[in-house]
Amino acid sequence: MTTRMLCYIAVMAGTTYLIRALPMLLVRGKIKSRFVQSFLYYVPYAVLAAMTVPAIFESTASVISAAAGFCAAMVLAYCGAGLLPVALAACGAVFCAEWLLGIWR
Amino acid sequence: MELQQTPEGRRPSVENSFRHGFSDGIPIGLGYFSVSIAFGILCAVNGMDVRTTVLISMTNLTSAGQLAGAGVIFGGGTLLEMALTQLIINLRYALMSISLSQKLHKSVHLSDRFWVSFFMTDEIFAVSASKPGEVGKRYFMGVAVAPYLGWALGTLTGAVAGALLPQSVQSAMGVALYGMFIAIVVPVAKTHRPVFWAALLAAALSCLIRFVPLLHAHISSGFSIILCTVCTALVLAWLAPVHEMEAAS
Repeated sequence: MTTRMLCYIAVMAGTTYLIRALPMLLVRGKIKSRFVQSFLYYVPYAVLAAMTVPAIFESTASVISAAAGFCAAMVLAYCGAGLLPVALAACGAVFCAEWLLGIWR
Repeated sequence: MELQQTPEGRRPSVENSFRHGFSDGIPIGLGYFSVSIAFGILCAVNGMDVRTTVLISMTNLTSAGQLAGAGVIFGGGTLLEMALTQLIINLRYALMSISLSQKLHKSVHLSDRFWVSFFMTDEIFAVSASKPGEVGKRYFMGVAVAPYLGWALGTLTGAVAGALLPQSVQSAMGVALYGMFIAIVVPVAKTHRPVFWAALLAAALSCLIRFVPLLHAHISSGFSIILCTVCTALVLAWLAPVHEMEAAS
């Protein structure tokens, strides 16, 4: 490993860590503003939805198999299944759909 | 995050079980394993040695940031370019750190925040933040174990033997993380209507940025997530502000 590579990794990891750590170290009290509280309440759901759609449809070998995975996950999640069963069912649906489509023959 | 009527003055519950955290982290670990295989393969193809590749994953723990960082390295970019790239792509973590800081139980001391923040990824954040009540450090430590191992081992696997894994399995594993995201959002959207609208709005904005060529050409995927999140949360906080007890729960 060259010195130059170590510098790259140090800058990369250092920047990423500071972005994560500084806000958490600086904001330590409970925020009182109702608007800010509401804003922060919606952040995780907005993040997840924005990351999932449309990226999920480009995450497998075919849009059709991805749609199968998406539907399987939606149905199971709606029925109240946990994180792991939903994730595995989505993988299973994609695998079956791609087998039916004959993608990996 | 159920919206039960909590009597005024009652403390929100605290989730602080390592075992619960560990089991919640397993789907993240599986997803990370599959995603980081792709990163390992990419680095191997570009001639990076296995140790360096794994070191990057173990010190960064971020998918989009590492991908862009590897691009800077292979392109022979400057260190300033590297810092700026990471800053923009990973800025969303700042938002998540502030958000999670509001949910940390008081037993999470200042010294704990130094390591808690290292493991702040989209998925670990989402799982911890969607717990009802506050979260303690044991729970958070439990959640982080499987993803960290999955990320490091997946990178190693990809760098050493990525080409050996059947493509059908790689493709199927690609959907694991998204399946987990859906499992987090849907139950809450079902019981709390504004969360449903938040998810719909964020997804619509995200599609807009992805499929309008002019927007897609100028907005990176990391920045797209920031834009969609901030706009959605602002609109919903304005139209459907939550009560103090709801925000804490």
